[in-house]
Amino acid sequence: MATRVTRRTPPEALGLSAEDLRSMYRTMVTARVIDEAAFRLNRQGKAPFVVPVSGHEGCQVGTAWAMQRGRDVWLPYYRDVGVVLVAGMTPYDIFLGLFAKADDPSSGGRQMPSHWGSRRLGIISHSSPIASQLPHAAGIAYAIRYRGEDAVVGSWFGEGATSEGIWHEALNFAGIHRLPVIFVCENNRYAISVAQDKQMAIENVADRAPGYGFPGVVVDGNDVLACYAVMKDAVERARAGEGPTLIEAKTYRYFPHTSDDDDRTYRTREEVEEARRRDPITRFERVLLDLGVLTASDPEQIAAEIKEDVDRQIDEAWNAPDPDPASLERHVFAEGTPQAEDRSP
Amino acid sequence: MTEKNLVTAIHDALHDEMAADDRVVVLGEDVGARGGVFRVTQGFLEEFGEARVIDTPLAEGAIVGVAVGMALHGLLPVAEIEFADFIHPAFDQMVSEVARMRYRSNGDFGLPMVVRAPWGGGVHGALYHSQSVEAFFAHVPGLKVVVPSTPYDAAGMLRAAIADPDPVLFLEHKRTYRLVSGEVPDEPYTVPIGPADVKREGTDLTVIAYGLMLHHCLEAAARLEQEHGISVEVVDVRTLNPLDRETILASVRKTGKAMVVYEDNRSYGAGAEIVATIAEEALFDLDGPLVRIGGPDVPAMGFATNLEHAFMPDVDLITQRMLELARF
Repeated sequence: MATRVTRRTPPEALGLSAEDLRSMYRTMVTARVIDEAAFRLNRQGKAPFVVPVSGHEGCQVGTAWAMQRGRDVWLPYYRDVGVVLVAGMTPYDIFLGLFAKADDPSSGGRQMPSHWGSRRLGIISHSSPIASQLPHAAGIAYAIRYRGEDAVVGSWFGEGATSEGIWHEALNFAGIHRLPVIFVCENNRYAISVAQDKQMAIENVADRAPGYGFPGVVVDGNDVLACYAVMKDAVERARAGEGPTLIEAKTYRYFPHTSDDDDRTYRTREEVEEARRRDPITRFERVLLDLGVLTASDPEQIAAEIKEDVDRQIDEAWNAPDPDPASLERHVFAEGTPQAEDRSP
Repeated sequence: MTEKNLVTAIHDALHDEMAADDRVVVLGEDVGARGGVFRVTQGFLEEFGEARVIDTPLAEGAIVGVAVGMALHGLLPVAEIEFADFIHPAFDQMVSEVARMRYRSNGDFGLPMVVRAPWGGGVHGALYHSQSVEAFFAHVPGLKVVVPSTPYDAAGMLRAAIADPDPVLFLEHKRTYRLVSGEVPDEPYTVPIGPADVKREGTDLTVIAYGLMLHHCLEAAARLEQEHGISVEVVDVRTLNPLDRETILASVRKTGKAMVVYEDNRSYGAGAEIVATIAEEALFDLDGPLVRIGGPDVPAMGFATNLEHAFMPDVDLITQRMLELARF
C-alpha cells in the first residue's frame, strides 16, 4: 500500500530559504489571480475557453518547485498553471495562449488554451486525450539515462487519467526500467462530473504503485510544503537511479472543469464551500505568518502587486498580433531540407 | 551488389544504421532475444546490447508513445509493431501525438522516429495477421507513410526514414519478405521518401500498385507483353503520403489508361485517393474507364487457403482486367 505522508517538516530542513518561501507563495497567488482574470475575460467574451486551476495551487507549485529549470523536463496537463509558472512561463505567455495569439509559446494559437509546450523551457507539448503524455515521459526518461544525463522528468495528471490503458502502459514501462520519472496525480475527486468512486474501486491511486514495482505516496495536496517534501524525495530518488515514484496529491478544484462546464449538476455548493475551507493559499499564508516570513499586511499588498502586474501583461497579450491565416499549412512536416533540421532535443 | 530477399535487406540496412549512429535504438515485442518474429533484428541484442535493443511489454500504445519520448530527447527510435494488425491500440498515439506534434507546437517540437509494421496477406494470417492498415494512416497529415516493395527500395527508404526529421510509418508487406529478392548495393545509399518509381515502362496502359500487388502487376504485365503484345507501364507508388501525383499523372497522360491495384478493402482505400487524383487532374487524357481493383469489402481474408485466395486479387484476375482495359 502507499505511504501516507502527513509529516510537518520545518521549511529549513527542506532547504527552503525565506526567499524561496515568499517566491512559492507569490507563484501560488499568481496562479489564482490568473484564474480569476481568465474567468473575467471569459465572461467579457474575450476568452472563449478557460481551464481553471483554483484549489490546485498547492500541489502544483509544491511538486514543481522540487524540479530545476533548465535541467529537468516537464510534462504538465491542462490544469497546471502552477506547474508551468514554476517551469518558467510568464502570465504574458499564458494569456497569449488564452487569446490564441501568434506568439503563444505553446502552439501559436493552434491549440486550445492550457495545452502547454515550450522547447526552450523543457515543457513538452501535449494534446487533449487524457494520459497520452505519460509514455512520452517514460521515453524521455529512458533517453536521459541512455545519454548519461542527470535530469529527471516530472509528469502531472488527474485521477481520471489513471483509468486509461496508456497510463498503465507508461507506469509499467517506467517501473521495468527504473526510469528517472515522477508521476504526480492531482486527485480532485472528479473527472469532469464522474466522482472517484465511479472511476476506481480503491481510495488511493498511489496504492497502485507497488504493482509497478515502485513507491506510491499519498500527500495532502493543499499543503504546499508537504507536496514539496515528497516531490523532493522523489526527485532525489530518480536522480540517484532509484527509479520512479507515484505521488498522489489529494486536492479539490473550486470551479467547474472548464468554462464550458456547470458543476452544479454533479456536486453541491456545500461540498465546494467545505473544500474551500482547506484552501492551500490561505493555509500557506498562516504558516508564513507564523514563521515571520510574511507580516500581517503582506498578503493584501502582494495580491495587489500581482494583480496589477498580471493586468498589465493581459493588456500586452490582448494587443499582440493574431496568427496569420496564411500559416495554416506550415509545420505539417519539417521546413527546409532534412539535413538542415536540427534533430537535437 | 548482393542478391538479397526483402527481409534481409531491411535487416542489413537497420543493422548498418545502428552500427553507424548510437542514437538509433529499436524497441518492440520480441525484438531482443527472439530477434523479431520475422528475424529483422536477428543478432542485434548480442551486438548492440539491451539498452539499444529493447524488448518491450506487450503494449503497442507504449511502444509508440515511448518512442515519441525518445525522439523528443535526442534518440532516433525505430519502433516495431509485430504485425500491422496490432497497431490499433497505438492509434491514438499515432494520430493524436505522432502525427500532430510538430503542427500543434507550431514547429517547436519534431519527431524523428520510425514505426515499422509488417502488413498484408497471403501468409495464412486470417483476420488479425493479414490486414492492410495504410489507408487509416495515409489519411492523417503529419505522418509519412511508405510501402516499399523491393529489397533495393526497402533498404534505401529505411535509411531515408531514419534520417527523416519527421515520423515515418514504414510498412513492409510480409508476403514479400522472402518471396521477393533483388540486387542491393553493399554501400549505404538512400531512396528518397516521396517519389514514386516506374518499375516497368510501357505505352498502352498504366497500372499503379504497391506491396504484393506490385509484383502481381509486374507478372501480369510481362504476361500481357508476351501473349498479347500489350505494353503496360507499372508505377510503384512507394510512398502513400506524401503521394507523388506528378509521376502517376505523367504516366497516365502518356498511356491514356489507368488502373489501380491494391489489396486493402476496396472502399475508401488508398486506391480511391489515387483514382480520384487521376479523375480530377487527367480525366480528359483518358481513353478508357478508370479501373480500381481492391480486396472485397468484407472484414478480412479467411484462414482457409481458398478463402484467402478468394479475398486477394491474383495475377489471373489482374491480367484479365488489364486486357479488358487495353482493348477498351
